[in-house]
Amino acid sequence: MEKDNCWQCGHRSAASLFCRFCNALQPPVMDYYAFLGMPRRLKIEPGELEATFYRMSRLLHPDRYLRRTPRERQYSLEATAILNDAYRVLRDPVKRAEYVLRQEGFNIGEQRGNDVPPELLEEVFELNESLEELRGGDQSARPQLEQARQRFLGMQREADQELDRLFADYDARGDRQTLASIRALLNRRRYISNLAGEVEKELL
Amino acid sequence: MSQIFQIDFGSQKKARVVGIDLGTTNSLAAYMDAAGPRIIPDAAGRRIVPSVVSLTEDGEITAGEPARNLLLSRPERTVYSVKRLMGRGAADVQDELRRFPFHIAPGSEAVLRLQLGDRQFTPPEISAAILRQLKKNAEAFLGEPVNQAVITVPAYFNDAQRQATKDAGRIAGLEVLRLVNEPTAAALAYGLDKRKQGVVAVYDLGGGTFDISILKLQDGIFEVLATNGDTHLGGDDIDNLLLDIALEDIQSEWSLSLARDSAAVQILRRAVIEAKEKLSFVPSVNLEFEFEGRKYQRELTRELLERLIRPIIDRTLGPCRACLRDAGLTPEQIDEVVLVGGSTRIPLVRSAVETLFRARPHTELNPDEVVALGAAVQAAILSGDVEDKLLLDVTPLSLGIETMGGVVSKLIHRNSTIPASATEVFTTAVDGQRNVLIHVVQGERELAKDCRSLARFDLKDIEPMPAGMARIEVRFLIDANGILNVTARDLRTGKEQSVDVKPSYGLTDEQVEAMIRESIESAEEDFAERQVREARLEADTILAAVDKAKSNPAWEELSAEERAAIDLALNELLLAYHSGDYLLIRAQIDKLNTVTMKLAENMMNSAVRTALKGTSI
Ligand SMILES: [Zn+2]
Repeated sequence: MEKDNCWQCGHRSAASLFCRFCNALQPPVMDYYAFLGMPRRLKIEPGELEATFYRMSRLLHPDRYLRRTPRERQYSLEATAILNDAYRVLRDPVKRAEYVLRQEGFNIGEQRGNDVPPELLEEVFELNESLEELRGGDQSARPQLEQARQRFLGMQREADQELDRLFADYDARGDRQTLASIRALLNRRRYISNLAGEVEKELL
Repeated sequence: MSQIFQIDFGSQKKARVVGIDLGTTNSLAAYMDAAGPRIIPDAAGRRIVPSVVSLTEDGEITAGEPARNLLLSRPERTVYSVKRLMGRGAADVQDELRRFPFHIAPGSEAVLRLQLGDRQFTPPEISAAILRQLKKNAEAFLGEPVNQAVITVPAYFNDAQRQATKDAGRIAGLEVLRLVNEPTAAALAYGLDKRKQGVVAVYDLGGGTFDISILKLQDGIFEVLATNGDTHLGGDDIDNLLLDIALEDIQSEWSLSLARDSAAVQILRRAVIEAKEKLSFVPSVNLEFEFEGRKYQRELTRELLERLIRPIIDRTLGPCRACLRDAGLTPEQIDEVVLVGGSTRIPLVRSAVETLFRARPHTELNPDEVVALGAAVQAAILSGDVEDKLLLDVTPLSLGIETMGGVVSKLIHRNSTIPASATEVFTTAVDGQRNVLIHVVQGERELAKDCRSLARFDLKDIEPMPAGMARIEVRFLIDANGILNVTARDLRTGKEQSVDVKPSYGLTDEQVEAMIRESIESAEEDFAERQVREARLEADTILAAVDKAKSNPAWEELSAEERAAIDLALNELLLAYHSGDYLLIRAQIDKLNTVTMKLAENMMNSAVRTALKGTSI
């Protein structure tokens, strides 16, 4: 049987959720965008994504398939798992960008941002000093750390705005160079948020 | 002919699915009728089945109220709070054993077993006895077989605890269509008649577990945003604390320790619980306890109670704050709070919750019943009777695999909506390696040894080849019950890869099957058989009564036709009696009841006349 044919009636069904002829639930496609029937864009309207998630949950959730054939029950389970995974990834801008990067063959993952971005070197050096002082019981380092925290949060906001601009660029051009810039920015952002987290932990 | 119709309509008469709250202290069943969810009472009209199981002297297993009564006279053959042991190993129940009089059978290293008299039972088998009682009550009340159920579990239950609950259902002859988290079920019960949007926090302090869940309600979708909890915190802890204090007090007054006398402890426990419950409504009570002719008495005030239990209540607030954080919300963003569990009747609990969430808690529904009611709603969703509601729940704990150096690599994070999945590709480390062992754990800690071991999956019969060449894709899928399913595929051949599962705790499939067989052989009567037995008992009663009435002067007062009608109905009942058709027996009982109405009236009147004659006015 052809790959795109309905498992139940054999009609040509294309890659849709249900067979147009017999209405049987079809095995899900694994690609998040294709599965949700959304254009492959990095900028996503959160409200629209949520509406799609709820609408598809109603159609696919295993609670709705208990009295159907075992095969459809299995497809419903798999499809809902993909739906939930897709929603979890695509609603978060960072995870969404990483997903697209990985699909486009960029290496994301293990070597995540261990190297200090060069423009942050001095900042990190000073920060480590302050952190040492505070850990050593010197409370006078506290205001400095508070300032550093605010600075990191500001940098994070900036990075988010920059990310948003790059997303728009990519959606317009679809080029690898923009993707490479996004990857570099994600590394920087991750590094900043790790720093912010570290400071926060010490300030608590 | 009828065959054809059966094929045409498939399994047409929709089977009834009941909702069950299998609680630490009490269990309840509910069903959905046209007006909404309702609790199913037992024959005596009681709505609650105590989660107590006892082995009687003649070797019968009894559950519920009769077992609760045996708790005093036969503590060594009776078990309560078994939910605390579900899905757990001997090593991690030491804490429970200190506080609860569980009799662990020798040789319980692999599978925990409890000793009741001369027999041994696993926790799922004990829970199955409670479920069987609920099933029986439901069948008697609904007048039809009940074989499918939705069972609730604490939201914070791990995989093994969920699996154990499902096993209990199977052993009791119930197909468990879905495990639903208790706080989610409560939200469903509350949200049923309200077309609401908003964010709801459910605070569930049960007998032995604490759960907090935050849900977003929108257009009939109940989406859990985050959940948190403590499976070792509940109303039992309050009872134990009060019990310990009372025992100490008695010891200093009587110079006698009762701590090892289980009968005394049970009596005192009941007195303490009663006092605690009363203090929710009055400012002070008298705690009284009598034992072997001695009497102990002490005044307890609400103020003292609150001071004693404040640390326990405070322990619930940490998970609440963590849950808010995980949901990405501030307390101000919580629109409503729902309280679940008997302990939430305590005024201190209410005020603590109100202070934290800055919202007045809902208390319209009975906090002991709301979970079972919600389970019945979910049952109706599954059977297709309710179409506009849908629950989207989450997994409470992260799922990961042990990697080099015992470090956990997380695959599915906690608070992920379920079903959820993750895929990993595994390979071999040495030339010709035939097996790859994957250790799956649940928990938030970085090292596998600090997490909860879930199972070891053995990828077997890998084709021998140089190290690193094999590519086996393993798919981890948490289903809508919160239970892990694992499948594997050889990426090179595309063929399914066989996986052997060795659960770290709990029972293998074969063990459960054996228990199901055993329970069918030893205890379980078929529904129809039981109905026939019960109908015959009722027939016996009315037959004897009519027989006796025939020698009453009232019999002679009837007309010949009336007497003939009674004789006819009597004979018809006798015929039905031996037919084995319980519906027919019941119909004939009703008929005999109707035709003997006048006879009964006459007898009553003559009795009144006799009585009046004997009275001098
Ligand atoms: Zn089709």
